[in-house]
Amino acid sequence: MTTVLGIPVAVILGQLMLGLVNGSFYALLSLGLAVIFGLMRVVNFAHGAFYTLGAFAALLGLQWLGINYWVSLLLAPLAVGLVGIVVERLLLRHVYGLDPLYGLLLTFGLALICQGSLHQVFGATGQSYPVPPALAGAVNLGFMFLPLYRAWVIFVSLLVCFSTWFVIERTRLGATLRAATENAPLVQAFGVNVPLLVAATYGSGVALAALAGVLASPIVLVNSHMGSSLVIVVFAVVVIGGMGSILGSIVSGLLLGVVEGFTKVIYPEASNVVIFVVMALVLILRPTGLFGKD
Amino acid sequence: MRANAILYALLGLFALCVPLLGIYPVFMMQLLCVAMFACAYNLLLGFGRMLSFGHAAFFGSAAYATGWLVTAHAWGPGAAILAGVVVAALLGLVVGSLAIRRQGIYFAMITLALAQLVYFVCLEAPFTGGENGLQGVPRGKLLGFLPLKSDLVLYYVVLAVFIAVFLFIRRVVHSPFGQVLKAIRDNEARATSLGYEINRYKLLAFVLSATLAGLAGSLKALVFGFVTLSDVDQSTSGDVILMTLLGGTGTFFGPVLGAAVVVTLQQYLSDLVGGWVTAIIGAIFVACVLSFRSGVVGELLAWRARRVKPAPP
Repeated sequence: MTTVLGIPVAVILGQLMLGLVNGSFYALLSLGLAVIFGLMRVVNFAHGAFYTLGAFAALLGLQWLGINYWVSLLLAPLAVGLVGIVVERLLLRHVYGLDPLYGLLLTFGLALICQGSLHQVFGATGQSYPVPPALAGAVNLGFMFLPLYRAWVIFVSLLVCFSTWFVIERTRLGATLRAATENAPLVQAFGVNVPLLVAATYGSGVALAALAGVLASPIVLVNSHMGSSLVIVVFAVVVIGGMGSILGSIVSGLLLGVVEGFTKVIYPEASNVVIFVVMALVLILRPTGLFGKD
Repeated sequence: MRANAILYALLGLFALCVPLLGIYPVFMMQLLCVAMFACAYNLLLGFGRMLSFGHAAFFGSAAYATGWLVTAHAWGPGAAILAGVVVAALLGLVVGSLAIRRQGIYFAMITLALAQLVYFVCLEAPFTGGENGLQGVPRGKLLGFLPLKSDLVLYYVVLAVFIAVFLFIRRVVHSPFGQVLKAIRDNEARATSLGYEINRYKLLAFVLSATLAGLAGSLKALVFGFVTLSDVDQSTSGDVILMTLLGGTGTFFGPVLGAAVVVTLQQYLSDLVGGWVTAIIGAIFVACVLSFRSGVVGELLAWRARRVKPAPP
């Protein structure tokens, strides 16, 4: 068996694969955060909670209504996105124009409500979501086994991330969105319904988090806490990448997932903290983040 | 001003008489430690407008240091508390100098992430007892003669420390340093243009706040006799933000009131509603941000100011 530095190549590739899967989640979540922050100047602390909600929507949809994975993949983000729009209309819009810290605190409160309620209703133990039959099993690539479902997660995440990038950077809707980011009152003066745009943006950002939740449900245990530590890692990713750039958040998400994967091979004890250490180093060397402008 | 003095005198009297009133002293000590933590936090948020989302790291690491030295190395409580405070101060120096490189929400995210780093270190380090934490931390004798084993003695020690910290924070805020800190809070660019090295002021405020948070954590370790992961957990950081926000950021008494409300709620609510406490705490957060951002004490002060001096037509 071929080895590098005494570690079998298959192990390295396997961890790289896991790293890419985690990186896909980081990318989806930090992308949503960046889109929301760009337009609303709100750091959505509830992002982890919406990720959890997405996973629960898929799980309960299956258990209560018999909705299968493929339909959930579409329906759960839609449902959670609608919840997001309601939250934006009822609560978040009251903190626009205030110090951005209040947006952070408000969404932190929302995250606690969501997490606390789910914990109380569904308990602390996780439940597993079955891998859809079409994606079960693995393919032998000769040098490693490629678990189909994980490959699927990476594929879908990349597809969604780059579609989002395309919509924002290359379409008319995206141009309006970017214009509203620069100067909302002016865009409104041109007859664009900015409040609607803001609500839809929050809904979409939140739907991305929910999609990540659905994608994650067959590989992690679905429980009320699955999003609470993830959101901290994603914050670190955002600090590293800089929140100003859409592409930056996607790339740094994937990259840090891979870094985390490699750390698991070389020094497993540090794999939980490596992203935070990278963040500290970036802050020392390049305080505005890798892709940041401000 | 006179009303304030009377209020503080009454509160002081109440605090002195607590053991006579039959209030469970451990509960009061917990309250005082948490209130001290909130006052330390308020120094940073209220007077420096720096929203740290990771203050549990200082509270918890000091608690661990004190607990470990007392348990494994048989240090006296005085030296162990001092060591805990030093640990918190050094950690504050490291975290602070990284976090002040960015402002506002980035500051919040950086402190949160670094505190999570501390959490994982505490989870995996060999001397913290991992998931179990440190159990059976002895209280020992302060300065070699004060037996802290007695709840009554420890209560008065904690009370004395609390009053000292409270007065110290007032002194700091009213000092020239505190005035510059407030100037930076209100307009960073202007303070810079006036020639102040704003990062040095921010860092000092951060380290002071972390140090006092550590003092609260060390005392808490002795009061309860155990240190657990929840002392460094992000929920503890969230609680201290809520206490400060609820009571009134940038007021002296607000964090104390906020701490009293939140600790009492957590204590009695958990008997009534069980696991719903987290959700209720979240709802209070939302209500605070939406309807009374200056907190209970802040709103009261504003109300009094309006009554004394009617608004100009």
